[in-house]
Amino acid sequence: MNRRASYGLFVGIAILAGFACVWRLQASVDAERTELRLEADELALRSPAVMKKLSLEYTPLMGAIYWTRAVQYFGEKHQASNQNLDELWPLLDIATTLDPNLLVAYRFGATFLSDAPPRGAGEPEKAVELLERGIKANPDYWRLYQDLGNVYYFDEKNYLKASQAFEEGSRNPAAMPWMKIMAARIAAEGESLETSYALWLDIYQTATDRDIRKNADEHLRLVQAEMDIREIDKAADVYEQRTKHRAIRISELAQAGLLTGQPLDPAGFPYILGEQGKAEPNPKSPLREEWLKEKK
Amino acid sequence: MGMPQGAIEIENLSKEYPFGFLHLKRKKSLEDLTMRVEDGEVFGFLGPNGAGKSTTIKLLMRLIFPSAGTARILGKSIEDVSMHNSIGYLPEQPYFYDYLTAQEVLDYFARFHGLTAGDRAARVQAMLKKVGLDTAKKIQLRKYSKGMLQRVGLAQAILHDPQVVVLDEPMSGLDPLGRREVRDIILELKREGRTVLFSTHVLSDAEMLCDRVGVIVGGRLRGTGAPAELVDVKAQGMEILFELSGAAGNLPLLAQATRTGERYRVQLPETELYAALDALKAAGARIMSVAQIKPTLEEYFMHLVEADRAQASAVEVSGK
Amino acid sequence: MRNIQTVAANTFREAVRDRVLYNLVFFALLMMGAAILVGQISIGIEQDMIVSLGLTAISAVGILIAVFLGVALVSKEMDKRTLYALLAKPVRRWEFLLGKFLGLVMTLTVNTAAMAAGLYLALWTVKHPLLKSDAYILVAVYLILLKLALIVALALLFSCFTTPFLAILFSAGIYVAGLFAADLRTVHGVDLDPGTLRLMRGISYLLPNFQNFNVMGAVVHGRGVPGVFIWQATLYALLYIAIVLTGAAVVFSRRNLK
Repeated sequence: MNRRASYGLFVGIAILAGFACVWRLQASVDAERTELRLEADELALRSPAVMKKLSLEYTPLMGAIYWTRAVQYFGEKHQASNQNLDELWPLLDIATTLDPNLLVAYRFGATFLSDAPPRGAGEPEKAVELLERGIKANPDYWRLYQDLGNVYYFDEKNYLKASQAFEEGSRNPAAMPWMKIMAARIAAEGESLETSYALWLDIYQTATDRDIRKNADEHLRLVQAEMDIREIDKAADVYEQRTKHRAIRISELAQAGLLTGQPLDPAGFPYILGEQGKAEPNPKSPLREEWLKEKK
Repeated sequence: MGMPQGAIEIENLSKEYPFGFLHLKRKKSLEDLTMRVEDGEVFGFLGPNGAGKSTTIKLLMRLIFPSAGTARILGKSIEDVSMHNSIGYLPEQPYFYDYLTAQEVLDYFARFHGLTAGDRAARVQAMLKKVGLDTAKKIQLRKYSKGMLQRVGLAQAILHDPQVVVLDEPMSGLDPLGRREVRDIILELKREGRTVLFSTHVLSDAEMLCDRVGVIVGGRLRGTGAPAELVDVKAQGMEILFELSGAAGNLPLLAQATRTGERYRVQLPETELYAALDALKAAGARIMSVAQIKPTLEEYFMHLVEADRAQASAVEVSGK
Repeated sequence: MRNIQTVAANTFREAVRDRVLYNLVFFALLMMGAAILVGQISIGIEQDMIVSLGLTAISAVGILIAVFLGVALVSKEMDKRTLYALLAKPVRRWEFLLGKFLGLVMTLTVNTAAMAAGLYLALWTVKHPLLKSDAYILVAVYLILLKLALIVALALLFSCFTTPFLAILFSAGIYVAGLFAADLRTVHGVDLDPGTLRLMRGISYLLPNFQNFNVMGAVVHGRGVPGVFIWQATLYALLYIAIVLTGAAVVFSRRNLK
């Protein structure tokens, strides 16, 4: 090999070796930062108004970028089972300020801002604020009323406002007919399992966002479990009426012909009868923890 | 009135520049110039660097605007744009669009003269040949040497057959061959009956080419006239070149002579010529040549420059 | 008329042979490709993102070209003295300026069209077939082009009387200021005396209101723009450009070339 070629080879190898070292070094720097929990500041700029000014005339793009960041942020936090979703509201706030027509952001925020931890940020009032902004900018999109109604119904437990929201949304000619029905039902009865089930079901069936659908699914299971438990309790009450004592095991109810077989919860585990003969999810069921929380 | 108009007539032309911190001071780069270039003559504009030659030419071409005074070319005011069809201009250190070829550049400039396509192509070809760029015509100008660029400049100046041609330092930066070519072109223009005004600080070129010259120093015109008229015609004396070996070291003449080996050169007034020749013959010197000392434009020129400098420093000293 | 055409054609030729232009256009097309990739990450707004990113690239790259070439148009000619020989020809200074302007607008049109084609290609790759609503993107591109023409005129004006560096700075500055012109008009809630308020209103009307040409918000979400709006924007651009070019012609006509 002549001198020039060997010189070139030497330089090439030296550069590659240099990069290999840089790579290794970076990996150890990353590890160190993770240990020290030095998180990159999620939002260097927190002011939506400032961001809007800085984006000059490219606000739709910046809005889309912030929306993307919000989704990534959410995904990361959920992966790490991190309960802290503090940055979700600021990110969505900026995204929707930059692009008020970002419908997906409103829908996403409706679900995950209002839902209680660990599923969401547990800030239903922020969800309301977000949705009201969305409705103002997109008055023709009736599903935002649906989302608003859901937030009032499930998380704020304000049935008057929930009913009003469904009523408003039902006036849109494109809205589904059940909106009106929901409005009436909630006005009349407030919270009911059937209503809850119907509301979650529509979300589950129509949502295009994967996270939103998964969330609706989880809620549906819980409501289903509640409905099952209500039925079992009814059967247990009938049993008590007949036998003058509380059943201790579900099988007793089944033998008495009040239940068909071993009722399973949506997770596939059989219900049990707890203290005072009331139905409960099985201790082995993943739904139990959630159900207990609701009870408090 | 009734006098034939000159090709170029300049009257009281002045140019001032603001300078200094807040542009409060004014510098006169041209002061009250009055001059005429006659039809069909080659006029040389002489002066040291910064004297105002380029300024005058740029004023004529309306690249800059006068502070005072007027000028006319071919009887028309310099503000008349259509008059530019009859004049050609070569700027100092020309530079053209370097992404174009010589042919494209000339074609581009030709378009402003309203020639038909066929006419244009023919003229461009003719010019390229005339300035000797025919073989290089398809090469982009960015690859051209300075001399070649100068030739392109000349070509665009004359391609529309102008009556008056104005050249700003046409010889600058050229090698002797290039200068010779430019000189030949200028002479050819003169033969074709065109008026040529060119500026230069090389006096020998002026002497060789010009019917008349104008000398500008420090923004003011110092004199115009034929080169022969301007210099002191009176011969400055005679010069004798002789060889003398050895002995006659006591000749008083030798004290004034410059010596190289056995050759001597001595200058003396014409009146003393024959006495000196007799003395040399008597001393046994061999006379090589006897010649008249020719005065040059250079001396006239230097004289003017020195005078201007003296005046300037006098002004400084006096504090005005 | 002929002179203007000649200068315009030469300016176009110069821009075409200037390789910097190709780099910028290539960069923009790269952005389109990136848009497709990025679209995969942005859940639920893939198409919106492509249009958004694409229009941003066209606008940003266009502005860069408009400012830098617009300033170079006159500055370079004066610097390099190519102008000297030209102005000795029977051509008026304003004809030269107008020719330069038109040449650069032609260049921008061709570049913008190329980038728009790239955008449609990216869109088509992701969702075929294209819908009728995708034609609205052309409206956005047209309005961007109007904006670019106005910026070029401004850049030309500035380069007629300041150094290239300052001309670039002023051009960029007036672009940003022009974007916020509407905000100046609606400033409220601050304790300012009526005189100052009136002054601010006046300035807001005098500045080039560049938001007139921004329809990205609508087009990105597949919505159209009313015809009236397009007419008004066109008229505004033409009027403002005429004013700016007249100013430039006046300044340039009296400028002493060094």
